[in-house]
Amino acid sequence: MISSHTEPLTFSTIAPNAGLKAALSMKRSDLIAEITNSQLKGRGGAGFPTGVKWNLAAAAQADRKFVVCNADEGEPGTFKDRVILTEHADLVFEGMTIGGYAIGAKEGIVYLRAEYTYLRKHLEQVLADRRAKGLLGKNVCGHDGFDFDIHIHMGAGAYICGEETALIESLEGHRGEPRNRPPFPVDTGFLGRPTIVNNVETFAWVTAILVKGSQWFKSHGTARSTGFKIFSVSGDCDKPGIYEFPMGITVSTLLEAVGGLGAKAVQIGGASGHCVPAAEFERTIAYEDVATGGSIMVFGPDRDMLRVAHNFLEFFVEESCGQCTPCRDGNPKILECIEMLDHGVCSSKYLQEICELGETMQVSSKCGLGQSSPNAFLSIVKHFRNELMGRGL
Amino acid sequence: MSDINQLDDKTRAPVSQRPHRIEAGGEGIGANITVTIDGQDVKVPMGTTILEAAEKIGIRIPTLCHHKDLCVAGVCRICSVQVDGMRTLQAACAYPISQPMKIHTHTKKVRQARRHILDLMLSNHYGECYTCGRNGNCELQSLAQEYGVDFFRFGKMEEPIFEIDRSSHSVIRDMNKCIMCRRCVRTCIDLQEVGCLEAIGRGDETEIGTFMDKPLADVICINCGQCINRCPTGALRANDPTDDVWRAIDDPKKHVVIQTAPAPRAAIGECFGLEPGVPMTFEMNTALRMAGFDKVFDTNFTADLTIIEEGTELLLRLKQALVDKKGPVFLPQFTSCSPGWIKYIEHFYPDMLDNLSSAKSPQQMFGAVIKTYYAQLHNIDPKDIVTVALMPCSAKKFECNRPEMMDSGFKDVDYGLTTRELAKMLKEAGIDLPRMAKSDFDDPFGTATGSGVIFGATGGVMEAALRTVIELVVGIKVENLFDHANIMPVRGFEGIKYVELTIPDVGPVPDILKGLFDSWDFLKGVTVKVAVVHGTGNAKKVLDNIKAGGKFAECHFIEFMACPGGCLGGGGQPIPTTPEIRAARAKAIYAEDEAYEIRKSHENPAVLELYTKFLTEGPCGHKSHKLLHTHYTPRGKYIA
Amino acid sequence: MLVTEQERLRDDIASWAQDIGSDRSALIPILQEIQGKYGHISDFAMQIVADKLGIHPVEVYSVVSFYSFLEFKPAGRFVIRLCRTIACDMLGKDKVATQLENDLGIEFGETTPDGKFTLEWANCMGMCDQGPALLVNDRVFTRVTPDKVTQILEACRKAFGIYALGSIGEGHL
Repeated sequence: MISSHTEPLTFSTIAPNAGLKAALSMKRSDLIAEITNSQLKGRGGAGFPTGVKWNLAAAAQADRKFVVCNADEGEPGTFKDRVILTEHADLVFEGMTIGGYAIGAKEGIVYLRAEYTYLRKHLEQVLADRRAKGLLGKNVCGHDGFDFDIHIHMGAGAYICGEETALIESLEGHRGEPRNRPPFPVDTGFLGRPTIVNNVETFAWVTAILVKGSQWFKSHGTARSTGFKIFSVSGDCDKPGIYEFPMGITVSTLLEAVGGLGAKAVQIGGASGHCVPAAEFERTIAYEDVATGGSIMVFGPDRDMLRVAHNFLEFFVEESCGQCTPCRDGNPKILECIEMLDHGVCSSKYLQEICELGETMQVSSKCGLGQSSPNAFLSIVKHFRNELMGRGL
Repeated sequence: MSDINQLDDKTRAPVSQRPHRIEAGGEGIGANITVTIDGQDVKVPMGTTILEAAEKIGIRIPTLCHHKDLCVAGVCRICSVQVDGMRTLQAACAYPISQPMKIHTHTKKVRQARRHILDLMLSNHYGECYTCGRNGNCELQSLAQEYGVDFFRFGKMEEPIFEIDRSSHSVIRDMNKCIMCRRCVRTCIDLQEVGCLEAIGRGDETEIGTFMDKPLADVICINCGQCINRCPTGALRANDPTDDVWRAIDDPKKHVVIQTAPAPRAAIGECFGLEPGVPMTFEMNTALRMAGFDKVFDTNFTADLTIIEEGTELLLRLKQALVDKKGPVFLPQFTSCSPGWIKYIEHFYPDMLDNLSSAKSPQQMFGAVIKTYYAQLHNIDPKDIVTVALMPCSAKKFECNRPEMMDSGFKDVDYGLTTRELAKMLKEAGIDLPRMAKSDFDDPFGTATGSGVIFGATGGVMEAALRTVIELVVGIKVENLFDHANIMPVRGFEGIKYVELTIPDVGPVPDILKGLFDSWDFLKGVTVKVAVVHGTGNAKKVLDNIKAGGKFAECHFIEFMACPGGCLGGGGQPIPTTPEIRAARAKAIYAEDEAYEIRKSHENPAVLELYTKFLTEGPCGHKSHKLLHTHYTPRGKYIA
Repeated sequence: MLVTEQERLRDDIASWAQDIGSDRSALIPILQEIQGKYGHISDFAMQIVADKLGIHPVEVYSVVSFYSFLEFKPAGRFVIRLCRTIACDMLGKDKVATQLENDLGIEFGETTPDGKFTLEWANCMGMCDQGPALLVNDRVFTRVTPDKVTQILEACRKAFGIYALGSIGEGHL
């Protein structure tokens, strides 16, 4: 169940198919303009403006185009997409259909992570119902000449496939290794065709925006981070779960709502995000301050932050695709350093070297994974240096 | 040629690894773009990579995973550069320019990133430079020097962790030295379509491996050695027999002869600091004798012999198809000189082995002739003869170890030596090759022709065959049809070449073939269709086309070489290899051809003498079948 | 492997390729079908698939080795994947892990000698608010305690077929 800061919860208030019908009554350019005007940014974490993405794909000329829903929710601490798919799958499929109409695509693909295989049956049923109701298939909603259908493609267990170009490689039957960019998927995506890849939540918000209007969306959140966001909250708090908040709330407001006051730190944005210490709890959760795809992990006063960093780095060492040097070889070096700290055998000089290596990884890795994997470590070192250093055996 | 270009489109490289050219053209785009690199303006066509743009104005950006023969990878990140307005660094090799930008190649951020990347590679590389075959010729070593690496920032590999795979006769894999640039993978899958090597596993456990991590000898490897030529470090190398060769030289009871193929002499100078394309043919003869070889022969002799045997075989097949019209006729006939190509077809197209010429490669013909004819002539017990073959090739090592290559009663060729290995032997003997006096090959196989020499370049076998077939059949001088007998249409580096030649008139059957043919009338007016193919990736396209009944099915004769560029780009040649280096070597080879007095195989007096004195039944006769021809093994694709 | 089984595999792959397609993008779905029916993707299966799709066996192996839910070694009837990411870690995954090892007599990465159970680690499976979480094949179990481990394993042992798990606690969905 989604707990809501705004009563009632936005997704539950959206009338079925109102968004889709509204979209189909609009000219494609007006539809994209509406999304652009809402300033909706990708809810997966990267925060790329959805309207801009769609506009580029709409402008590209090709015999086929694709709408891909990124349901490879793998960021540690994130589970909002699972809940959205369980409780509001229709909104997501509606958003994908709107996307198909906007960019001129006939084919939609949901890339569902292997860990969520148990959701597949439910989703297939929702899709079958939509087909039966004429909401998918030929002449969607009776709209002449707009054919659109969606199929589910199962992932096979790789965090990196949440990166859009790795996801496309995986769809094409390859190892999930991110591509060189440019070209971007909006131009050269799945099977070399223009493709929009959006997060589950993004599609749901698209539907909501078409029902309630871009002005409504923009009236919430901050100037640079408009609208609402669904958060996955876990860790040391009284009420872990799924929450909806406007963008731009402070960390402390959120902690209060989830019963996590007294925390020592909050990891925002999952393993690839940043660790915010108690002293900075007045910071806001927004693209311009601390960005997140929705993961909020609360660490209580007794948590060992080195163990947290260790867990994250173990994750990245294994989940790196192994393609580029900084990420493949860099993450194990950071992990090694954490183990040295744990054994109390790391000099300050070497810690400094590894922090500099982390900075190199942030700028020289091929994709977002390697560019963000050092974040947690670097912020933990920055804020909890004394806790990490000088340990005995 | 549009047909051929369509064939070329079938690359299976993952999209991410294909070069992303933004096509010029259309309204408003396609023009040149001016970018600023380190303050210098350079105008480049849209889609040019940052690396290429920098190269144009002489700014060096280091690379490792980049290779001119291969699609883009962008994985090593050593070529990172800073672009104004972008948060992260960009890989210069993989970034296509599509708008004006300001690029910086040596800011603090860039220098730190490169140094770190290098340090990471070094920490996972078993850097035992003294004992490494690539010492002094290693791209990682050079970069370490260039960037002033003076300590192992992130530690180093103290002990090797992987077992070295020595199972193959040709290629040795030492993954302790691998830096994961994946050039070998792109070479093996994309360039050669062999598909032996791929990245296996994920994360820090990713490594380059074979199917189910089996030893190289147990999977499908054609031994072409192209991976070796493109490996920046010593992770891949040829199986080196120099110790055995020295042992034979040192043994007074052994009569050690060496035959030298045409491609090594056009390239070995590179190992001694010369520019590519300086031939060392006659200096090498002197050097080899100094090193202790008893006789130095020219493989070109058996190249000429191959032309006679293979050419006769082709004429017999044509006669069977056009006159006798009975029994299955296997056309097009495929050349059989390239052992990498032979293994390729044995694995991937075992149902087409009958199309292969049964003629052995020049190397193996020579071995058989030395241990029979030459042994008789000089009254040497063949068991005391050691034949060494200097080849541009790693697959020749496998070829000479094929069990069927013992027709002389002994192992026809004892050791295949690569160009690189000979250079090493000469250096060990203190011989500075470029300073040697010139001397000739030894008799009785001393005379060679220009046709033999051009075997070293793609299209060479075809050109040699055409020179001979035209003269033997048409009865006029080739020079009347092609200036200086240079058959230009079959030359050049295009992956697949297709040529048609109509036989206007025929002459009398020459003496040497009188036992086999009464007249050439059946060839009158026939349009001979031939093709030249190099690189097994291209071979696959042509073979698939033949199977589908496409235009190549109509061909009569097709030259196939496993390596891009033919033998001059072989897996045993000096490293590095690039299109430019191969072109320079080709130039040397064609220049040598022009310098020969005799340029056609059928005019080689030594070959004619062999037919009079030894192979008395003539080409494709009983004796030549026993010694100079072979059979092939359908291996198939299944890996047990 | 018996010839008849090889034939069966060959026929199955041919029919899956018919349904799903025989271009490269069909690779992973076909591999998932093979694994679903045969428990793992044997080297023979990889070669048949490679042949069917016109790619090289090593490319198939490369893909199988990349994804953690594709197995090239025979796996147990029940594959248990315990989440080891931080949220589940904070909720006590270590105790659950120890209990699993103790009860099964194997370590992570191993399969029981009777071929019934394989024990694996998993990275975040999106149950961070209800950890520790584990998957038994496709089915998720949350708030797992050492005590519950014993019940889950017992249910598996009692019957083949994942439906036997229906009686146990609160699997998600």
